[in-house]
Amino acid sequence: MADTITLLVTRYRPDTEAEPTIAEYEVPLRKDWAVLDGLNHVKDQLDGTLSYRWSCRMGICGSCGMTVNGEPRLSCATFLTEFAPGPVRVEPLANFPIVRDLVVDIDDFLRKLPTVKPWIVRHVDWVEDGEYLQTPDEQSAYQQYSMCINCMLCYSACPVYGVDPDFLGPAAIALAQRYNLDSRDHGGADRLDVLVHPEGVWGCTFVGECTRACPKGVDPAGAIQRYKLTAAMRSVRALLLPWGAR
Amino acid sequence: MTASRSRAYRQAVPRLWWLRRRSYLLFMLRELSCVFVAWAVLFLLLLLTAVGNGRVDYQRFLDWAAKPWVIAVNALALAFLVFHSVTWFNLAPKAMVVRVPKQMLALAPKAIVRRLPEGRVPGWLIVAQNYIAWVFVSAIVAGLVMWSGS
Repeated sequence: MADTITLLVTRYRPDTEAEPTIAEYEVPLRKDWAVLDGLNHVKDQLDGTLSYRWSCRMGICGSCGMTVNGEPRLSCATFLTEFAPGPVRVEPLANFPIVRDLVVDIDDFLRKLPTVKPWIVRHVDWVEDGEYLQTPDEQSAYQQYSMCINCMLCYSACPVYGVDPDFLGPAAIALAQRYNLDSRDHGGADRLDVLVHPEGVWGCTFVGECTRACPKGVDPAGAIQRYKLTAAMRSVRALLLPWGAR
Repeated sequence: MTASRSRAYRQAVPRLWWLRRRSYLLFMLRELSCVFVAWAVLFLLLLLTAVGNGRVDYQRFLDWAAKPWVIAVNALALAFLVFHSVTWFNLAPKAMVVRVPKQMLALAPKAIVRRLPEGRVPGWLIVAQNYIAWVFVSAIVAGLVMWSGS
């Protein structure tokens, strides 16, 4: 195995450049080095001006999502040896505006996220009764969706979001389902309008790439299809029982 | 930060983005399949109208339907409709999470319970039920056609 590998990193310096360029860096190829370690080597040893986000280095914080050789990946969990002998293309996440180098602007997601009320909504609140208890079965109903780390890989993989940025998107819908399926939550009806909006679940055409890209096994595509069924059943019920019992 | 955001570079989506990945291409073909679904509906309506209008009209319809280009379009439509149906059936386990009630799980043999993670009916079984229903309905339709034809 060669002892170095070439990284082809997208650079974008808005002060001096009108569009992104590609910079080439030679970094050590070590068995235990992820793409993020390669970028840290560049930053520490070769070019301190390179900008990118990272924090935990263990696939939890969701900061270091990038496009590695064309695929949306967490750069801390993608090892350089996978691409030996190289070169490795490291680009910012697709479908987002590039702020600088590998840093993308995720404001759009941060604006959309609170619209699905991703927290436990209680219409009746008896604080004096203590904590809201839950059985393991009730917990397993939503646990998968609670694994989302907001890394944006699903938005980057979703062609619908690329073509139509108004689409609510995979992670926001999966997070809505995380709370809809929580036995302690009463907010299902509050989330309905946003989710059944044409830019909500019905915007999804089930490409399925979000689920393939998800590093935490959340299956946003599954969450969306499940909610489509829920929404359709609600509509049918409203049609058949217009006088109530919805 | 606001200033740099205003100069953020918008990444353009290439016109041929759907050729970049097999899954994107399959998705576009599935979207396209709706045209052929519409064609199949139209063809059926034309057939019904011709039947309703009597023998002469029906014969005229049959002659038209036997034209090579109509046969070609119908063959293509069949391929797209099968593709459409298969993707639809494969979607079913994503949309439906079927859990076996606890009381039934308690009665079921351990060997079966082990195959049901968290009491969930596996996806392949949900897909299989769809195919079985498809074959069953097709058999009834085929039976009706042959029975009425004899």
